[in-house]
Amino acid sequence: MSILEVRDLTVTFPGGIQAVRGVSYEVERGEVLGIVGESGSGKSVTSLAVMGLLPTNAVVSGSVKLHGRELLGMKEDEQIKVRGKTISMIFQDPLSAFTPVYTIGDQIAEAVRVHQSVGKDKAAKRAVELLDLVGIPNPGLRAKAFPHEFSGGMRQRAMIAMAIANDPDLLICDEPTTALDVTIQAQVLEVLKTAQQETGAGIVMITHDLGVIAGMADRVVVMYAGRPVEQGPVDDIYYRPRMPYTMGLLASIPRIDGEEGPLVPIDGNPPSPASLPPGCPFAPRCPMKVDMCDDEEPPLTPFGSGRHVACIRSHEIEHKGLTGADVFPVPVIPPNEVVRVPRAERPTVLELDAMTKHYPLLKGAIVKRRVGTVYAVDGISFDIAQGETLALVGESGCGKTTTLQQIMQLQPPEGGRVVVLGKDSATLDKAGRKSLRGDLQIVFQDPMAALDPRMPVGDIIAEPLRAHGEKDVRAKVEELLVLVGLAAEHAERYPQQFSGGQRQRIGIARALALEPKLLVLDEPVSALDVSIQAGVINLLDELKSRLGLSYLFVAHDLAVVRHLADRVAVMYLGKIAEIGTVENVYDRPAHPYTQALLSAIPLPDPEMERTRKRILLEGDLPSPADPPSGCRFRTRCPKFAVLSEAEQRRCVDEEPSVARLANVVDHGAACHYAEEVEVITASDNQEEE
Amino acid sequence: MRSKVVLRRLLRNKQARYGSIALIVLVALAYLGPFVGPYDWTDKDFLAFLSPPGGDHWWGTTTIGQDMYAVTLRGMQKSILIGLLVALISTGLAAIVGAFAGYFGGWVDKTLMWGVDLLLVLPSFLIIAIISPRLREGASWLWFVALLAAFSWMITSRVVRSMTLSLREREYVQAAVYMGIPRWKIIFRHIVPNLSSLLIIDATLNVSGAIIGEAALSFFGFGIQPPDVSLGTLIAEGSRNATGYPWLFAFPAGLLVLLVLSVNMIGDGLRDALDPGSNS
Repeated sequence: MSILEVRDLTVTFPGGIQAVRGVSYEVERGEVLGIVGESGSGKSVTSLAVMGLLPTNAVVSGSVKLHGRELLGMKEDEQIKVRGKTISMIFQDPLSAFTPVYTIGDQIAEAVRVHQSVGKDKAAKRAVELLDLVGIPNPGLRAKAFPHEFSGGMRQRAMIAMAIANDPDLLICDEPTTALDVTIQAQVLEVLKTAQQETGAGIVMITHDLGVIAGMADRVVVMYAGRPVEQGPVDDIYYRPRMPYTMGLLASIPRIDGEEGPLVPIDGNPPSPASLPPGCPFAPRCPMKVDMCDDEEPPLTPFGSGRHVACIRSHEIEHKGLTGADVFPVPVIPPNEVVRVPRAERPTVLELDAMTKHYPLLKGAIVKRRVGTVYAVDGISFDIAQGETLALVGESGCGKTTTLQQIMQLQPPEGGRVVVLGKDSATLDKAGRKSLRGDLQIVFQDPMAALDPRMPVGDIIAEPLRAHGEKDVRAKVEELLVLVGLAAEHAERYPQQFSGGQRQRIGIARALALEPKLLVLDEPVSALDVSIQAGVINLLDELKSRLGLSYLFVAHDLAVVRHLADRVAVMYLGKIAEIGTVENVYDRPAHPYTQALLSAIPLPDPEMERTRKRILLEGDLPSPADPPSGCRFRTRCPKFAVLSEAEQRRCVDEEPSVARLANVVDHGAACHYAEEVEVITASDNQEEE
Repeated sequence: MRSKVVLRRLLRNKQARYGSIALIVLVALAYLGPFVGPYDWTDKDFLAFLSPPGGDHWWGTTTIGQDMYAVTLRGMQKSILIGLLVALISTGLAAIVGAFAGYFGGWVDKTLMWGVDLLLVLPSFLIIAIISPRLREGASWLWFVALLAAFSWMITSRVVRSMTLSLREREYVQAAVYMGIPRWKIIFRHIVPNLSSLLIIDATLNVSGAIIGEAALSFFGFGIQPPDVSLGTLIAEGSRNATGYPWLFAFPAGLLVLLVLSVNMIGDGLRDALDPGSNS
């Protein structure tokens, strides 16, 4: 018997905005149901409606039955008894989910005491048990800590502890790992699996990350424009998608085990819930669209055993055995001529030589005295040749952003050298700096924040041109808009009239206005939805080969990096752990950190996710104010743990430098005991080739 | 478009609608009213001292035979002008000082904020009271405006400074830095326009503040100097005979209240329209 049964759930917000339009699903005991969809597809609203947490002006209809009891229209005080006891929820942002003024232990104990009549000390004891269960070290001590003293990963674990405090029958997880780094994400997902085994609860897992779903879910619901468009067992959805949207979504994900080259983009943007197209909501973006698609919205019809598809051509897809790559046109991007020249003969556009940046830790109100140093970037070196993309990857707090700022500021660094296009930043005067800025431009992460909301797009793109003394900018602006795939008449609109992907294109157009030679990309696609992401990545790839650009690409998403980069540098705690060509680093990682990082990334492939062995890292990133002696990674290193004592001594005493590995040209690792290990097994399509 | 949304919200707001209608009527009265009336504000009717409202003199006459209608409107003109100028200057100053202090930080910030703190602890009423009567020549009322403005911008500039601190970290501001745009230009192009909702609200509320400030100072004889008149000086004169000859007091005081009320209503409406979070 199913725990939760949702039937024809619809949610309408004032103004006739239909956020959810007829969602039906059920969750069995011990089952994990994955709900995937892009932002605005209504996946979060669905779960909030189930929890009864929507604002009062939202109109909810349909039926939500928990153990056969109707939840919709239940009185508030009855709902409270259900919430947190039978159903509990894990939110995306673990920081705002805790009250900052109470200790973690008190908050978990409170959750216990609300629904169970137990004494105070008993509840506190239970809180410690729960923290132990989710793998918090020293739970007795940590229970007395406040939320801000926990790291992001620990907070999310505590959140899970709180959610399972009353042994719920159903856990709703709304993007539980989106805000976390990959190695931490792997830890948290592991905890979630433990929690499920412990409680036997059903889980509704809402996420946009198809990799996470592949590893966790038994069944999947794919949502688009407020409706499920395909649902069924996880293997069917991933290996035999029968709805063009699902096919496109799966094909558009950059894969860590994939090959280089263009990704499959889905054109256009998801429709706004206020103005849906007449027929199938996906029809305007669908390459398989026929006239009949506009007539009416296809219902979700049963298709084979246990699955449902909402597409009038699904049988045709089944019959012909089409895949995403067959249906969606993949752009062909010719390589640039520069790349044919061997790397050593190409000019170097950016060179960093032992660059350091330390921030002082100050204390005292009037007279500030230095009490410590944050070693944000501690001596990193790399270079970028013309026409090349170097990716700087690492988790948050590793010093990527500081490195990037140091380069962009064009000021003399604290230590070491920064050489841009042959010019040392230490010797630049004001005029030289300004003219160099034209050759060095940046694309920011957040397309919402990177464009001034009070300027029309035309002025935004013209700003760098005017700053560098160009008078007649109109024609150039139009040319740039067309170059990034927008229309010339978009120049008169304001940024808020564009979607995320379009705004990122505007940001790229602005960066290209001065015809730079080196473009710094600061996580340019991490804020975008998967289907949009592919289009932007392809655009960047195409611009690079058309304009002969070089990229410094800063990212935490290693899968995207594999598609865009030629070389990759992995950073850990202000130092470079491993550097080399993408093939070398991804296929034969030598540094234990790179190995762990690569193995932590979930693959959108259920079969492989089930059989894969993860290298799980212990604990969190050490504070950069107090890095471990010797090798900075040794406190979390799985290799260090198995070394003999004499070998360990070397890791503690001696700091490893990036050493070139034997018998490869371009591959170096900063590890005393570097050893190449294959972490990602080649995917099927690679084997075929 | 944002400006259209704001305008629509503003028009839907009852307070703001009545406030603006009232203000338009009052401004029209102040500037067009004198053409309708039979007397000029400098005229003295020696046949009618202290005559009550009605007939020839609509709002009555003063002790020296001035037509109350003409004089009050003249006073209101001055008050409106002073209110607008003071608001403009003080909000502009607040925006510039706050934005520069917040954006540049370091010693610029320290110096400017030190100046702000200093002005905040000075007794402004006393200082204006001492200085203003000494500026008798020519356009002394302009000096008065400058003095009023100089003591009314500090709190806003602190708010602007703290908002600038967060705007400074925005990516579009950084993008401008990396484009090689001079820093003062970034302040005027990216920082100040993005503070405009705060500044518009602040300027509106400053208008009423300045009108009241002017009236208060003039009431004690420290503001507008005779022969010029403002609502403040009129109220001061009228208040002496308020019980016996109420029209001397009632007309300027009533108009002052109406003026300030309407401006405040617009200000509140603007705040609700620009910042939906604030209407509770």
